[in-house]
Amino acid sequence: MSILLNKQSRIIIQGITGEEGLFHTRSMVAYGANIVGGTSPGKGGEWVLDGKYPVFDSLKLAVDATGADTSVIFVPARNAADAMLEAVDGGISLVICITEGIPVQDMMKVKHHAGTKGARVIGPNCPGVLSAGQSKAGIIPGHITMPGNIGVVSRSGTLTYEMVYALKQLGLGTSTCVGIGGDPVIGTDFTQILGLFEDDADTEKVVLIGEIGGQDEEAAAEFISRSMTKPVYAFIAGVSAPAGKRMGHAGAIIEGGRGNAESKISCLESAGVKIGHNLEEMATWLK
Amino acid sequence: MKLHEYQAKQFLSRYGIQIPRGRVALTAYEAKQIAEELGSNVIIKSQVLTGGRGKAGGIRLARNPREAEEMATAILSMDIKGLPVRKVLVEEAIQFNREIYLAIVNNRVSGTPTILVSASGGMDIEEVAHLSPEKIISENIHPLLGLRDYQVRDLASAINLPHSYWKQFMQICKSLWQLFRDMDATLAEINPLVISTENELLAVDAKTTIDENALYRHPDINEIGDLEVEDPAETEAHKYGLSYIKLDGEIGCLVNGAGLAMAVMDMIQYYGGKPANFLDIGGGASADKVFSAMRIILEDSHVNCVLINIFGGITRCDEVARGVTMALADTPHHVPVVARLIGTNALEGQKILENANMHTLDSLSDAARKAVELSTGSHDEHTAE
Repeated sequence: MSILLNKQSRIIIQGITGEEGLFHTRSMVAYGANIVGGTSPGKGGEWVLDGKYPVFDSLKLAVDATGADTSVIFVPARNAADAMLEAVDGGISLVICITEGIPVQDMMKVKHHAGTKGARVIGPNCPGVLSAGQSKAGIIPGHITMPGNIGVVSRSGTLTYEMVYALKQLGLGTSTCVGIGGDPVIGTDFTQILGLFEDDADTEKVVLIGEIGGQDEEAAAEFISRSMTKPVYAFIAGVSAPAGKRMGHAGAIIEGGRGNAESKISCLESAGVKIGHNLEEMATWLK
Repeated sequence: MKLHEYQAKQFLSRYGIQIPRGRVALTAYEAKQIAEELGSNVIIKSQVLTGGRGKAGGIRLARNPREAEEMATAILSMDIKGLPVRKVLVEEAIQFNREIYLAIVNNRVSGTPTILVSASGGMDIEEVAHLSPEKIISENIHPLLGLRDYQVRDLASAINLPHSYWKQFMQICKSLWQLFRDMDATLAEINPLVISTENELLAVDAKTTIDENALYRHPDINEIGDLEVEDPAETEAHKYGLSYIKLDGEIGCLVNGAGLAMAVMDMIQYYGGKPANFLDIGGGASADKVFSAMRIILEDSHVNCVLINIFGGITRCDEVARGVTMALADTPHHVPVVARLIGTNALEGQKILENANMHTLDSLSDAARKAVELSTGSHDEHTAE
């Protein structure tokens, strides 16, 4: 199987008529994802991509008509928090927000609300989820992955691509690849995804790609030593990053001496995680 | 975006939190006039966006207007941690009995704002957090319900604040929370909050940082932002939508994606070189954007080699290659370029770069090693190939 997403997942695209939304919907369809339609307020009733996919004015209308259970959000940052809340309130159980640049306080409210409704939010500012050979909900290029037994979870987009590409070069495939996002407050953290991989029959090994900032890798290390039986390999970006400088991602910053790469690496190592300094070399360990 | 102390205090005052009397001055003469108006001992405080102003001599006490003028002259000619002082805040010197630390900050671990209080005010709070974390009391603030009165009472009690100040303390905490929420702050700090000899609670120093993602709904704050203090190359990069940070090494880096850009820097360091910068060109960059990025890298005179690593998804490698060659043709600063292009239109991109005599490699570690060799001169360029 896989985690979070499979062939049966019924996916709705929020912001399907925008440039990004359309481009990536096409690529998700090409990968075999079960896209059931999209939303774009004011454009309800239209059809996109050769008239194959219906557009709805609201998520509620989309869910009523299609039975969608998963949504992927491409709407601009100013509207993205509202889109996440709309998805949560519309009964979507897996909300994946690709959009970058959402105010932190907005995300805190979304996270809290999703928690009370029992919905899972992935992201924001993430590449989404891909279950190899089954479905993708997001922007991870499909052709760089192949089906296999390695679970990948990451805070960074292109670093994830480098990893799965390096694996594929060696004939190694992934079960599910999850980008959890580079923002300071995200819907789902490493620990939650590791728990899902631990319970997934098709995942035998896990790769975790972290970076400087926050305490999520430290929490993951604790979870790994306490609750994981499957081997975990990790790469932490930002060993050379100076303190106090934000490295692109809003969440990638060493503040007050906390969140540096050394502390993350030493916590993970004590939890029995093998740390790579080079993705290509690391891929060979997973053979 | 960080606000200056005087700006942060203006906002505190607007929310009903007492601050010392005073004003900001651009010249020593103005500082003298303000000191005359205040008619008391005054503190002259440099307004630069960095910590350690006091240790650097950027905060001084003046006993009369003449001294205020002298000190302002000295401070206004200073550089603190590389930042020129352009303004000083001239304020009445407050006599106090006690200093408290108070702040609200976004807490990424709890996913909520958190209010922090310590009886050890006035000190560097990071030092307190490091040496005696038990002295910092915190309460997470529910993102929907907000800061509750009982939480403030718990904090007051935990730092043994005398009951006679509880009402003032309650008003200050609630106002600070209101400000934090209204302004989309990521940090609103008062350090120290003092109990004056006249039994008033005053904010003697303040820091506020605003969430840049929320600036669109705060045009007023966006306007007062002090961009001139940033590194000029970083400001330039910002204009083109590039995320660039200047570092002190010699290998310029051009990468798509923030995590990957960090990983490339790390790999350079791992193989014994030093990265000159962090640079993320973002997704789907045009040749023009890459041109600007490459120019910013080449304008750094320390750069003796450039490493390009592109994993093309929505980014097209040929587009990147065109931008790179355009920039190289446009600069007198000739340095070797090592490139690794993977993904969308990689072959076309590689051809463009090879025609312009650049080294292209298939593996990221090989590319990083090659760049380090070229930068440190540890191998002859030709035999290393």
